Amino acid sequence: MTFFILSSAIKVFVVFNLIMVGVALLTLLERRVCAWMQDRLGPNRVGPQGIFQPAADGLKNFLKEETSPAMADKALFTLAPIVSFVPALLTFAVIPFASPLPTRWGVVPMVVADLPVGFLYILAISSLGVYGIVLAGWSSNNKYALLGGLRASAQMISYEIALGMSTVAVLLLAGNVTLSQVIAQQQQSLWFVLPLTIAFLIFFISALAETNRLPFDLPEAEGELIAGYHTEYSAMKFSMFYIAEYSNMVTASALMATLFFGGWDIPFTTWDSAGEPTVLKTIVTLLAFGAKTFFFIFTYIWVRWTLPRFRYDQLMALGWKVLLPLALLYIAVLAVAIWFVRVQIGWAYGPGMALVLFGLNVALLVPLVWWLDRGRLVSGSMPQETT
Amino acid sequence: MPIGVKVLKRPTQQTSYLRATLKGMALTFSHLLRPKVTMQYPEEKSSKDWTLSSRWRGTHRMLTDEQGRAKCVACGLCPQICPANCIKLVPGEDEEGNRYPLIYEIDEFRCVFCGYCQEVCPEEAIHVGVHYENSEYTRDRFVYDLERLSAQTHPVSTLWDPSDPKGE
Repeated sequence: MTFFILSSAIKVFVVFNLIMVGVALLTLLERRVCAWMQDRLGPNRVGPQGIFQPAADGLKNFLKEETSPAMADKALFTLAPIVSFVPALLTFAVIPFASPLPTRWGVVPMVVADLPVGFLYILAISSLGVYGIVLAGWSSNNKYALLGGLRASAQMISYEIALGMSTVAVLLLAGNVTLSQVIAQQQQSLWFVLPLTIAFLIFFISALAETNRLPFDLPEAEGELIAGYHTEYSAMKFSMFYIAEYSNMVTASALMATLFFGGWDIPFTTWDSAGEPTVLKTIVTLLAFGAKTFFFIFTYIWVRWTLPRFRYDQLMALGWKVLLPLALLYIAVLAVAIWFVRVQIGWAYGPGMALVLFGLNVALLVPLVWWLDRGRLVSGSMPQETT
Repeated sequence: MPIGVKVLKRPTQQTSYLRATLKGMALTFSHLLRPKVTMQYPEEKSSKDWTLSSRWRGTHRMLTDEQGRAKCVACGLCPQICPANCIKLVPGEDEEGNRYPLIYEIDEFRCVFCGYCQEVCPEEAIHVGVHYENSEYTRDRFVYDLERLSAQTHPVSTLWDPSDPKGE
């Protein structure tokens, strides 16, 4: 028991610091990738290649004045960044990030808390993040902040449904909500991205909206709302919103890697999961997990600096009229397919089942892409065509 | 529709959000790998694409003769022509009758860098320079006296393109 408490405390400490450092480096990466995509160099002055820029930014944020609007609701105004910040960091707790680490006193699973309800916990905690944004918008007593908060709440609640629905497909296939079990299933054969391609696409798009990233960053929309919900925030309070946004991004990327890309699994080998756990395995699988997560983080940044922002009605139309029906329909089709393969044919999850489902996905993807390709799907209040 | 707006039907490839997105992603990624155009200023002051023009009109420079004296003969043409009235000249005369400036000061804050002083100077003494790094800690440092003008070493402006003097 002492060992469990001690190892958990160490894991909490290490994971917390890794995320904070990761988030700090992420802000630099975002700025540099943005610059490179615009044929610029980006911040490269503080330290080699600007590696200490986040430290300089952090120091600046500590030293800046904490403004507090005269008419703001002081208590909620202070509470909002905390409510936004804490769930963003909490969600990472159930994501396994490496193979178990053997120590002299026993094997430590490389996940802060391998909750049996794993995935449900993530859905529950990540939806708390919207409170922080709404409270920030409300307590600032500023019309732009309020509009940003309203938009954020509507957007995050809408896309949460599509996000949850797309993950139901994973749970159908894995038959389990514990993330370590989901990973174990994928290690035994193929990654879930093959049998669940469409679910992955829906998850990816919804995750962009959930984390308020472009092209869905309407809560911030500087062109219309100045900075949205964090207009009135300065110094460290603002920084906390910023960290929350980026750690949400890390969590969403890690979740995509876990649910669809095998978590810390190394493809085409069973060396990492079979046999005795070793320190080397832990390190290599940690790197594999890091690489997968990094890929999605990079994609986030890449999308951000490519796509323009949606109009609000387009955002809502995409969420409610495209993604949600699609996710529901997909669950229905997939549930039938899984039932058929599992009960009628009698296969357990393995390469055969994965490939059959992949074929089904491709068959569904063709009409879906054809339908999406006709355009005007997200045009919302587009006028009727006259001839 | 309440009013008769004609909406033209566009071909699919123009209305498809999907194709536009993929095209955009490919474009931004290709830019990620391209050479960057940034010139890192304090280290690099010119690149192969950009150098300061030889016709640049910056802070002044007074040329000197072999003995290190200013070439200026205090004729008074430059304060006369200066549209910003930024040149202060008090002429003096030595025992051989040679005129020289007792005081020659240019207020660089008032100067509009038109280059007329260089154009009008019969002795080719006062010049505007190819120079732009002029920061100082106090305002009064921006009144350049004769000693300071003579001590400047930066290249002088050609004012016009030597290969095309009339600007044709």
